[in-house]
Amino acid sequence: MSRETLLQARELRVRRGTGQVLEVQALDLRAGEVLALMGPNGAGKSTLMLTLAGLLPPSTGGLRFREAPLQSRADREAFRRRVTMVFQDPLLFDTSVLRNIASGLKLRGVPRALRHERAADWARKLGLGALLDRPARQLSGGEAQRAALARAFVLQPEILFLDEPFSSLDARTREALIEDLGHLLADTGTTAVLATHDQGEAARLAHRLAVMRDGRIVQMGGLREVMNHPEDPFVATFVGMETLLKGQVTACHDGLISLQVRKGPGTREVLALGEAPSGQTVLVGIRPEHVALSLQSDNTSSARNAFSGAVTKVIPHGPVFRIELDCGFFLTAYVTAQSLSELELRPGRPVVASFKATAVHLIRREGLDTQV
Amino acid sequence: MIWEGLRKAVELLLALDPEVLRITLLSLKVSGIATLLSVVLGLGLALLVALNEFPGKRLVIALMNTGMGLPPVVVGLFVTVLLWRNGPFGFLGILYTPAAIILAQAVIATPIVAGLSLAALQHLPPGLRLQILSLGATRRQLVWLLLMETRLPLLAAVMAGFGGVISEVGASIMVGGNLKGSTRVLTTATVMETSRGNFEVAFALSFILLLLAFSVNALLTHLQQRQGRR
Repeated sequence: MSRETLLQARELRVRRGTGQVLEVQALDLRAGEVLALMGPNGAGKSTLMLTLAGLLPPSTGGLRFREAPLQSRADREAFRRRVTMVFQDPLLFDTSVLRNIASGLKLRGVPRALRHERAADWARKLGLGALLDRPARQLSGGEAQRAALARAFVLQPEILFLDEPFSSLDARTREALIEDLGHLLADTGTTAVLATHDQGEAARLAHRLAVMRDGRIVQMGGLREVMNHPEDPFVATFVGMETLLKGQVTACHDGLISLQVRKGPGTREVLALGEAPSGQTVLVGIRPEHVALSLQSDNTSSARNAFSGAVTKVIPHGPVFRIELDCGFFLTAYVTAQSLSELELRPGRPVVASFKATAVHLIRREGLDTQV
Repeated sequence: MIWEGLRKAVELLLALDPEVLRITLLSLKVSGIATLLSVVLGLGLALLVALNEFPGKRLVIALMNTGMGLPPVVVGLFVTVLLWRNGPFGFLGILYTPAAIILAQAVIATPIVAGLSLAALQHLPPGLRLQILSLGATRRQLVWLLLMETRLPLLAAVMAGFGGVISEVGASIMVGGNLKGSTRVLTTATVMETSRGNFEVAFALSFILLLLAFSVNALLTHLQQRQGRR
């Protein structure tokens, strides 16, 4: 993506009391992209979001919006008229749905008839067409968050900040809302920053991903790149690479690496793509969605890695089931309800787990010998 | 005797007794202006405290809450001393005038309005301020929207402030002196008539006071509930 950089943050630091809660060296937001900020609670997602949205002045460092620095309070105020934010709590005003959606336009002095027309239009786009005159306090959680989104979209913001907007919704409502938000973002080409601790949400909405920990960005890059090639164990676990095994390179030729993984009794050999010197200690990461289960070894499969093992746990995981396996090492896989019953998966059931060499991700970092 | 008082009140009102009318109107005027002053000062103070972080904020809030229970006689004493001929503000020459009662009543009502308004503002969701700013509000628009969001409890604060001063007697008598035709208000007149043994008139004045308090609060309540349906 070589589009214009909308927002640029450099050397951003936020201190609270005596401690530093945020330190971001560089962050560029490009026009039309959705950037997801991921991290556990307290990682600094919200602080970064508030700073980027001009709601929290940084202690040091600064922001540039379309090349122009945001320095004074007046700069930030003008900037706030061109972007907007949706929070976890819908924070609707104590008035009708229509007036809520129109409130940002009213603050900008848009005439009543025009702002109500535009607000009604966006209410319909978010499925609230029948609820325009309803007091906002009577809306359900999902409806209220839809109203909050309509109130944001109607402003045609140049950047839309979304601070965990779905966290307090039930699973079904959340699914529907993520779906709709995805369409709206794509249709309007709105540039957005989404804070979330849910990798599924990020995977469905974002183009780029920044994983945060302790107020810093640990890794930032394209969605697939970060999901499939995390640079350290923290990022790996956070983006859903559930299996992380310590391994040692035993051989490497023709772009194929042989590794010995050591977990539990005996050693197993795992094959991965790439180059690595013999003897190097690495972390072997495998995503559950890349692991296939069968009842016997399938020679026709292109998967280079196949291990017999046994199911240890079956856990419902949203629309699929998460299967924990003991293959001489710990491994997880996702299966559908249909596969679950066809393979009669239950604890103790012997299965063969297979995955391609391309699905094996190696984390090579100095100090791994002592770290894991 | 209570019945007699009620009949007397109706009689006095229907006859448009000039003295009673003057006392009633003065009560309304004095307490009305005092309440207005307390709303400006109290709400301003509440906003200042609610919207800013500063060292000693908790102490200020504690002081405001303590102020809600200021004994009117104590206020009366302080205002009297301040306005006394030789006092620091003696040059104003307003002791024993309605202005002195307004001042004393405003001192009583301001902490009530401030304390209740602050509680209302602090009860708003913590993120609301950022949400309003992120919708593009200027600082003035932010304040206006926060006030609109708290309009119900704010009107209750105004009612509490007005109720506190319209029914107050200690300070009014001390700084006003209950001078006939000048600083006699419903409460001070009731005290005087009672001490003279004119219970019927005292009851009549009391009923008028209750009616007045009720009317003003009914008006404010109407305003409050109408706003609530907005």
